[in-house]
Amino acid sequence: MGYSFSNDTPIYLQIIEHIKTKIISREYCPNDKLPSVRELSLQYEVNPNTVLRALAELEGMGLIYTERTNGKFVTGDTDIISKVKMQTISEMIDNFYGSMESLGLTRAEIQKILNSEVKK
Amino acid sequence: MSVLDIKSVSKSFDGIKIIDNVSFSVGEGKIVGLLGKNGSGKSTVIKMINDLLTIDAGEILIKGEKISEKTKARVSYLPERTYLDSAQTVSAIFDFFEDFYPDFDREKARALLADLDLDENMKLSKMSKGMKEKVQLILVMSRTADLYILDEPLGGVDPSTRDRIMKTILSNFSEGSAMLITTHLIYDVEKILDEVVFIDKGRIILSENAEELRERENSSIDEIFRRIVK
Repeated sequence: MGYSFSNDTPIYLQIIEHIKTKIISREYCPNDKLPSVRELSLQYEVNPNTVLRALAELEGMGLIYTERTNGKFVTGDTDIISKVKMQTISEMIDNFYGSMESLGLTRAEIQKILNSEVKK
Repeated sequence: MSVLDIKSVSKSFDGIKIIDNVSFSVGEGKIVGLLGKNGSGKSTVIKMINDLLTIDAGEILIKGEKISEKTKARVSYLPERTYLDSAQTVSAIFDFFEDFYPDFDREKARALLADLDLDENMKLSKMSKGMKEKVQLILVMSRTADLYILDEPLGGVDPSTRDRIMKTILSNFSEGSAMLITTHLIYDVEKILDEVVFIDKGRIILSENAEELRERENSSIDEIFRRIVK
């Protein structure tokens, strides 16, 4: 089995998230060459056009760039990577607070629980 | 550029309309899924594209040309049921294909065979369903065609074979060609499709880009299909 996708989000968005995470975590380092569209399509077991669409959006975000005839590369601009990293972190934190608040917790209560969890 | 155009095609058997005003296209570089339940008419459509059934009304064009011997030579077709002689070995079937189809690439077929752990000297009669399915897929994918038509390529195979078959389809599909896949196993196939065409009771009930459909409905094609086709 390739990568397993969830059903409720378009596949290209899930591929964007997956590649973005790899870039943020430095599994793909700045200026690394990305696998080809064909390789990614096989790796994810998805249509090559779906991969192209995800790569186009990543390129739009400035996370990757195209070198004609050479393929796609991770940006060398570490500022952009840091910015996207911070955005991702803040989205995750927002989601986290959202779920906690839906359980009826106040920000102060969440903070208290977090502090005691961190000490563990 | 459109590789396959089906325009307002209808077909009746014994006065009963089984294909009713069906239209859709498959563009160059695209993989399109013709999705329907058993008996929905999808195999009938496939047979009409391959000139195995005549059409009552409408027209079918391959790269803008009406179906003829010339257009048929550019279509590589995997039928739902095998037409191969099961007493033969894979290698003998390769000989047959080499004679019959000038575009059959034996080297490629042998490479795929090794890739899928099959033995060229094995007779079809000794093979499991999944193995036979792989052999047929190899034959179809080893031709250089404008249009590949796979009718139920995953019929009766186990999940791991399913994965190997999907990978083989993806890695051997060339950009200049187009592909039409029919299946009722939508969940297994939907990730590789550009566009989906839903067929039910001989009519097209939906025809759309797969990702846009998923995005709009926030669910998988499989779920959308189950919702719409009762």
